[in-house]
Amino acid sequence: MIPVTSARSLSEAYAILHQRPRGLRVLAGGTDLMVAVNARVGLDRIGHVLDIWRVPELRGISLEGATLRIGALTTYSELMRSRLMAEQLPALAAVSREVGAWAIQNRGTIGGNVCNASPAGDTLPLLLACEARFVLGGPRGERTVAADEFFLGYRKTALGADELLVRIDVPLIDGARLSYRKVGTRKAQSISRTIVAVRKGPGMLRIAAGCVAPVPLRCRNAEAAALSSGDVRAAIAKDIAPIDDVRATAVYRSRVTANVLLRLLQE
Amino acid sequence: MERIELEHQGMVGRSPPRKDGADKVTGRARYLDDLTFERQLYGRTVRSHVAHGRIKSIVWDPDFDWSDVTRATAADIPGENVVHLIEDDQPLLAHEMVRHREEPIALLACADREKLEEALLHVRVEIEELEPVLDPLQSTHVFKSYRIEQEPAGLAEAFARHRVVEGTYRVGHQEQMYIEPQAVCALPRPDGGITVYGSMQCPFYVHRALQRLFRLEDDRVAVIQVVTGGGFGGKEDYPSMIAGHAALLARKSGRPVKMVYRREEDVAATTKRHPAVMHYRSAVADDGTLLALQADIVMDGGAYVTLSPVVASRGVLHAAGAYRWKHARIDCRVVRTHTPPNGAFRGFGVPQTMFAIESHMERIASELQIDPLELRRKNVLRVGDVLPTGQKLESSVSAREVLDAVAAKSDYARKRSASVGAGSKRRGIGIALAFHGAGFTGSGEVKLKPRAGVELTERGARVLSVSTDIGQGTITVFAQMAADALGVALDDVEVADPDTSLVPDSGPTVASRTVMVVGGTVTRAAQSMARILAAYVAEVFSVAEVECRGGIFSAGGKSLAPFAAVARRYLQERGPLSVIENYRHPPEIAWDDASYRGDAYPCYGWAATAVEVEVDLDTYEVSLLGVTTATDVGRAIHPVLAAGQVEGGTVQALGYALLEEHFWDRSGKLLNTRMQNYVIPTALDVPRMQTVLLENPYPHGPYGAKGLGELPMDGPAPAVVAAVLHATGALVSELPLSPDRVMRAVAP
Amino acid sequence: MKLLVNGEERNVDAPPLRRLLDVLREDLGLTGVKEGCGEGECGACSVLIDGELVNSCLVAVCQAEGSQVLTVEGLNLTPLQRAFLDHGAAQCGICTPGMVMAAHRFLLSGAPATDENVREAIAGNLCRCTGYAKIVEAIQSAAAGAQR
Repeated sequence: MIPVTSARSLSEAYAILHQRPRGLRVLAGGTDLMVAVNARVGLDRIGHVLDIWRVPELRGISLEGATLRIGALTTYSELMRSRLMAEQLPALAAVSREVGAWAIQNRGTIGGNVCNASPAGDTLPLLLACEARFVLGGPRGERTVAADEFFLGYRKTALGADELLVRIDVPLIDGARLSYRKVGTRKAQSISRTIVAVRKGPGMLRIAAGCVAPVPLRCRNAEAAALSSGDVRAAIAKDIAPIDDVRATAVYRSRVTANVLLRLLQE
Repeated sequence: MERIELEHQGMVGRSPPRKDGADKVTGRARYLDDLTFERQLYGRTVRSHVAHGRIKSIVWDPDFDWSDVTRATAADIPGENVVHLIEDDQPLLAHEMVRHREEPIALLACADREKLEEALLHVRVEIEELEPVLDPLQSTHVFKSYRIEQEPAGLAEAFARHRVVEGTYRVGHQEQMYIEPQAVCALPRPDGGITVYGSMQCPFYVHRALQRLFRLEDDRVAVIQVVTGGGFGGKEDYPSMIAGHAALLARKSGRPVKMVYRREEDVAATTKRHPAVMHYRSAVADDGTLLALQADIVMDGGAYVTLSPVVASRGVLHAAGAYRWKHARIDCRVVRTHTPPNGAFRGFGVPQTMFAIESHMERIASELQIDPLELRRKNVLRVGDVLPTGQKLESSVSAREVLDAVAAKSDYARKRSASVGAGSKRRGIGIALAFHGAGFTGSGEVKLKPRAGVELTERGARVLSVSTDIGQGTITVFAQMAADALGVALDDVEVADPDTSLVPDSGPTVASRTVMVVGGTVTRAAQSMARILAAYVAEVFSVAEVECRGGIFSAGGKSLAPFAAVARRYLQERGPLSVIENYRHPPEIAWDDASYRGDAYPCYGWAATAVEVEVDLDTYEVSLLGVTTATDVGRAIHPVLAAGQVEGGTVQALGYALLEEHFWDRSGKLLNTRMQNYVIPTALDVPRMQTVLLENPYPHGPYGAKGLGELPMDGPAPAVVAAVLHATGALVSELPLSPDRVMRAVAP
Repeated sequence: MKLLVNGEERNVDAPPLRRLLDVLREDLGLTGVKEGCGEGECGACSVLIDGELVNSCLVAVCQAEGSQVLTVEGLNLTPLQRAFLDHGAAQCGICTPGMVMAAHRFLLSGAPATDENVREAIAGNLCRCTGYAKIVEAIQSAAAGAQR
């Protein structure tokens, strides 16, 4: 039987992290970890589960000056219902609506999406395009890591062994607009074939994509080309490295990622 | 088309709430995994990790505590190690050779499920690997082949003198994805026999398979179907395998053994729709008259024969489509590959060949620059026409009518002539025409000798048959038919559980035969019982011309007694009354197995589908804007259930068309075995559908009804191809029309 | 641990990671909650926790402690369930309990029962039998009835 600690506060969670139990896994909404538990995949490598579902400090969306602060445990449903999201960053609420369906949206969290670090994570290109900052906390204190320095490799993040993702800070920019397109395998309950996010503002352009590399990533060549009226299609081909898998071929991903980007840039 | 007026107002033709509906909407219905059996063990299967090889040994970890784990291998089978079906070539447990990945080799049972999962990790099978054959086009092992010819002498000339249109069409595996996985529980009996409860379509298939495995007489085996969460063919023959496994463990352990497959195991190991590569060559006159057809079809049967000969047969018999041809030669072979055996899936060979012929019609229309609907109208089968096997269509032919109905309802003409658009989104509309032989092919019913009937109860009757309700509504429809024949209320008729120890063998729940063949037999039996009871009442009351209506016996307009009173009195005076009838095959239907000629099916259902799509040229995604179907069902015994069959089958076919695809690696391993990565349609993937039911009665069907269950599966996929062709100018000749394939066709 | 299930306080003694699905089906005998996939894709296991729709196969029971859980057994042949019966919205029925929970939650939201809204509400409940047509009809009919 795998021991579980259901923390009721951040300090209780940090106390467990401080002990650094072998094979520690963090359980939020369960939409990732419980799939593995159900499938009995890697069960012998799970030594201890830290259940953070009821840690109140990890919830809540607030506005602090020009920064939108999103608690790591914010569910997709909460993002969809939040008046602040609707006002400040509607695209993030919109992509939440394209994750799974109601039952998944009620349990899946944006923090889980970030820490799971799947290259297909639907919120990740949007957070990268917004140059979000991830606030990591633990017994040694808090630190902030920029989104595009967080994803180190395939499902590998900068999160330390004794750290939790506490909050996502999104810098708001006057006059900037975030848009995206998710191309999924069907119209609900789908994993993306490709996903592109664009943030356009005065003299500023940020482009990020998912499902086209081992990590979700910023597309800096494409950004430079778009800002200088260059060949965006050729440029993004240099940013991404898609593969063939059961959802799509590399050729498809290359072509369609560029198509989708060009369309988003037009809007 | 004439509508037969029913002689009296009864339940047939109405849509009462289904009899098992209340239990289903309240969660009271008990499926196999909802049942617990005293002292039950759970069972799991040790499977091959290799597609082709020789088993060297099974290694049980000596350091694992096996004392409370029951283990079984082929050596434990007292009878024949075979899953009995057609050829008896498939072992229950592999013992020398393995011929596909996931092939069962050993079985484990334990009361503790955690320990059971742990035990699976402590057994290893050593297999000497051999080269697998995975490509059906490379396989030289033919399970069965067919050739159908119609005036073949004229083929060469037709091809020499007229325009030739050629195309190759491909379809892959399709997974039934019933939402309830395979599930059975086997209980050992004190008399050495076995009782099996399970999720299944054909209890007698399982019954006979168990008899062969365990050398048991008829009366020492009982197989009972419990409420079943979907089958679609996937629970036609496979339950014999899982039941055999559970039974072997049950006998060895002396305890009930429950086996419920995990979803990934179910997808990886059980049967799927046969993939096919179909090459079509046709000679066509310039005015669009179809002249000659040459088709060459290769189907992938997987590692063992199972149902492949029948799938290939049905495929080849429908391969020419719902059209008149002057000359035809259609060859079909189904071959072995080292993949899990393929089996029954709604449509059973016809979705494959109908996809080919209907897509081919689109190609012809395109090359001749004729409107595809006009091309079909010009060549469509009518009463009096002759099919390639020599069958003359005598009645109940609605090819033209369903085409016209679907064109009208979908506003086809206007949408077809409207602009497809010039921007990044293109719209199109397409139509496909399908037909489907109802009932078993050829002499199948005659050989089977199905029997069914009714027995008298204290308030009405109980229908006796082994036909299963797997969602399509058997229980309700049989009750309606029996209730009308007896003149009683629907509530007064119950339907016996399909238990092989208690009911006659009315045959399997397959081949769109349940209402037409078994329902017809039940109706005749109920009519016989009605006559017996009427004669009894006449005697008791000394009257003549007795009839029963609304549950009351009367004569000459005067009420005599309620049915329940008569039933109780009869049972008291004369004892039990049951009437079991044999199925009566219409004598005019003649089929020759040797020459494969004659009347392949007693009658055909007809359906047309119109699909409206929008293709996004940025992402090559195909969205469904509208779906319209027009289906001739002969007679809708229960219109809502009939529409339900059409709608459900249509959406499965739309999944086949757009979403569902299996990927295999070079070692024969199936890569996508989860619901997450083998995607079926959600409610957002399909639009509101328009469903038109037509009734062109089949004279030999009960109330004119003919088979319906599979027909809806046959047309939607090529209708999607036609719509995408209209929208983009590209004919995608392989399913599914994934964005990848659409991209390669539209912008190569 | 204590759970409030269908209005009744239940005491559950289970390993914390035991799936709520298994606790409901096996420990509490509520077999109306079904398992179709074990990965949160099919929705057959849908229940309401504190009024929100979730896949019980993905909920560790320790996370449901102290919560209100509603399963299909907690509904008393509601107008929605009657609409399912009248419209033929259940065929094999295995998806039906989960579908009813999603539909029930949709009706509680009071959102207009347009095709799009209804389909989005049940998008996480897979049905292989009906093609969704009569399920959508039944939900719309129940919504119309609720308005009167």
